[in-house]
Formats: sequence, structure tokens, C-alpha cells
Amino acid sequence: MYDFAYEKPAALAAAVSSLASDMEAKALAGGQTFIPVLKQRLNKPSKVVDLAALGLSGITVTADTVTIGAMTTHGDVALSADVQKAIPALAHLASMIGDWQVRHRGTIGGSLANNDPTACYPTAVLALGATIVTDRREIKADDYFQGMFTTALEQDELITKVIFPIPQRAAYQKFKNPASRYAMVGVFVAKFASGVRVAITGAAQGGVFRHAAFEAALSANFAPDAIAGIVTPADDLNSDIHASAEYRAHLIGVMTKRAVAAA
Amino acid sequence: MPQVTLTVNGKTHTVEVEGRTLLVELLREKLGLTGTHVGCDTSQCGACTVMMNGTSVKSCTTLALQADGASVMTIEGLAAADGTLHPMQEAFREHHALQCGFCTPGMVMSAVDLVQSHPQGLSEADIRHGLEGNLCRCTGYHNIVKAVAAAWPVMHGKQPVAAE
Ligand SMILES: Cc1cc2nc3c(=O)[nH]c(=O)nc-3n(C[C@H](O)[C@H](O)[C@H](O)COP(=O)(O)OP(=O)(O)OC[C@H]3O[C@@H](n4cnc5c(N)ncnc54)[C@H](O)[C@@H]3O)c2cc1C
Ligand code: FES
Ligand code: FES
Repeated sequence: MYDFAYEKPAALAAAVSSLASDMEAKALAGGQTFIPVLKQRLNKPSKVVDLAALGLSGITVTADTVTIGAMTTHGDVALSADVQKAIPALAHLASMIGDWQVRHRGTIGGSLANNDPTACYPTAVLALGATIVTDRREIKADDYFQGMFTTALEQDELITKVIFPIPQRAAYQKFKNPASRYAMVGVFVAKFASGVRVAITGAAQGGVFRHAAFEAALSANFAPDAIAGIVTPADDLNSDIHASAEYRAHLIGVMTKRAVAAA
Repeated sequence: MPQVTLTVNGKTHTVEVEGRTLLVELLREKLGLTGTHVGCDTSQCGACTVMMNGTSVKSCTTLALQADGASVMTIEGLAAADGTLHPMQEAFREHHALQCGFCTPGMVMSAVDLVQSHPQGLSEADIRHGLEGNLCRCTGYHNIVKAVAAAWPVMHGKQPVAAE
């Protein structure tokens, strides 16, 4: 690992201006992605700005929303009785990320800022139509994800919280890569009065995406068989040593049916 | 150089570190606590697991500076001052839950956290899922799962450790 300066500011404005003053500076949340990246020397920050003292963790539930602070750990979301009650699929998703040690440190803000194409949280944000709140604006889920490891965030912009609308029904189903535990294919299905949204991770070259054909079919009939005849094209899906694009295309259908059944 | 002040196994230390110093490097190289192992150094194996502020973390994936002000417990801090083993260590011994022993410090720390955080009970599936972040190349896990199940009632004050 290259060495770097380390700061732990006590206020959001100070963290943002510290990042703004230096293009080579990077934010640090749980470090469960960033520290491995630093070890591989894939990133050489001049300065690491630790977000731990900004008071950005916590969960608030209202009649129709669940709001999760950016620094809230996966473990806290998984074990939150309020989240389990309001959006059980979200607590379940968090409980399936990595392992306990990773869940004790890793945060929702870090996961969303990173936008790994095989990460779990992006599906919940996209399928639930969540709003990402930053130090300067609100970003709709549909505008936030911009391809593998790419988001609408600016270099010095920090996520402060995420607001999830509470659906009528929802579920997340993940086919784990047995070695990394990331999603080979993960599907989040959410049913609202206005219709059904389906988001897929792990499969596409561009990262998380919505499945329009499944959404239309499931909005008409929210049952596993509603998507039976729909073929997912394999063209833009990943092929690697773990699975071919065709296999992933098949898994998308299987995991979506399971998610609808579980919702 | 930046300084970090933390409590390790009940003793407070102030240590000079670099930005990039990992918690495991602080523990092993600065404090001489070599019970915490480094297996993979890629956040996968859990050999480096310690407790930080009461929950298990991978000390190879935590900066020393992130532990400033924290209370850390390593495998060296588990046994009583007179050498009496912690119930989890005793259960590992009784149930032959280690062979080469390399994964054991991390496995025991994760297991202690798992048992402490599940006062309502632990099924075999809970134990296997709960220890997903710890890899063992020797035992096949079976005896580890048995040991954790045996330690649960002892740690929750229900009955003594007994081998089958
Ligand atoms: C063994 C292992 C298994 C894992 N398995 C899974 C899995 O199954 N599913 C899954 O989804 N993930 C998995 N992860 C990743 C894990 O969820 C990480 O916690 C997460 O991706 C990053 O969160 P973090 O808080 O650790 O962020 P960090 O690693 O600290 O930061 C990641 C990036 O986000 C930026 N950042 C952090 N917080 C903010 C913020 N508030 N605003 C703006 N930018 C920010 C940082 O600058 C950095 O670039 C796994 C990780 C490990 C080590
Ligand atoms: S050495 Fe830390 S997880 Fe393997
Ligand atoms: S006992 Fe050898 S690695 Fe677990």
C-alpha cells in the first residue's frame, strides 16, 4: 500500500471542502472495498478522509419511507427491527452481504458510491426507486447508476443518506458466487400501487439495470409464472470463469421467479 | 507521524503509525500480539479477526487510525488472568476444533461474537452462516460447529462444556 495522509473531520462541510481542495483525496467509509483496493495499489490517494465522525449513521422509519444514513453498516440494517418490519427484503439483502465481519464495517453509502457491478444494495435502490441524498442535492435512483463503478456523484460529493419508499411487497434473491459471496445474479423485485420494478445485479457489463419486460409482465400479473415465456437476451451480459452470459440470462429468470414467490 | 490511542485487551496504548498502517500490523508488529494471524491479506479468510468495540472485524481490512479511541480484544485477551481458558477456547479444545491452528484465533473471535450476539439460541445453520467469514483448510468445519454449539450454553450460563 502506498502511504497517504489521514483526516477524520468532525463536520460534513469540512469533509467536503477537504475533498474539494485536492483531486487526489478519497473518502473512507467502512473500508471493506477501499482498503483491499489500496492494498492492490489500484488507487493512490494523497489523502484519505474518514467519514466516521460525521454522524451519518442511523435509521428512521415513517409511514411510507425508510431513511438510512450513509455510514449505517450492513449489520445494523440487517438487524434493525424497524427495517425488518417496514421493508423486510432490505434487511434480508443486508444480511446476505459478505460475512459478519464485512457487515460490521461495510456501509450503504460506501456500497452505493462504489457501484460494483456485482454488489447487492444497488438493486434495492433501483427497484425501490430510492432517493440518494448528498451534501448538495437529491438524486433519483434512475439517474444515479451510470455503468460499472460509475455514478452521478462528483469527486468531492458525499452521500449522506438514502430514502427508500416502502413497497407493498418486495424480495431480494441472490445466487452467490460461492468464493466471493458477491452476486453472480441478484434480483430485487418491488411491487407498488403504481406497478412493479425489477432490478438485476451481477449479470450485466454495465452493472445494475431494470428489466423492462419483466416489469411489464409482473405489473399485469404479480406471479412467478407471469414471466415464464420472456427470454432475457444474453448480448450485454458478463461471461467469465464462473458463468457464461447465457447461463446468467437463464439465472435472471430463475432468480426473478424466486423473488416474486418470496415477496 | 500520526498517533493512535486505543485500548487492547484492557490496556491503553498510544502508538505512532502511518496512514496506511493496518490494525493487524499495529497489533502484531507494534504491540507484539502475534496471536492474531494474517492468512490471506485480501479480506477473505478471517484469520485476522479481532473484536473492535464489541463486534468482530477483519483487522487486515481496518486501518490502525480507524481504531483510534476504540476498545480492541484479541485472542490474547480471552483467557482469564490465571490462565483459565475462555469457554470458547475450552470448547475448541474439547471438541478437537483445530488441527494446524492457523485459523483458530480468528475463528474463536468470530465464534465468541456470534454466541454473544445470539442470546436467543443458535442453530447449526446459524453457526455455519455466522462463520462464513472464516476459512479453515484443515478441519472441514464439522468440529468447529460442534464446539461453538457446545460453548453457547456455557457462555449464556446454562451448562458446562462436555465432550461427546
Ligand atoms: C469478503 C467480502 C465480501 C463482500 N461481499 C459483498 C456482497 O456479497 N455484496 C455486496 O454488495 N458487497 C460485498 N462486499 C463489499 C462490501 O459491501 C463493502 O462494504 C461495500 O462495497 C463498500 O462499503 P464501505 O463502507 O466498506 O466503503 P469503502 O470501502 O470505505 O469505500 C468504497 C468507495 O466509496 C466511497 N465512499 C464511501 N462512502 C461514501 C459516501 N458516503 N459518499 C461518497 N463516497 C463514499 C469511497 O471513497 C470509496 O471509493 C464484500 C466485501 C468483502 C471484503
Ligand atoms: S488475513 Fe484478514 S481476512 Fe485473511
Ligand atoms: S485448523 Fe488449520 S486452517 Fe483451520
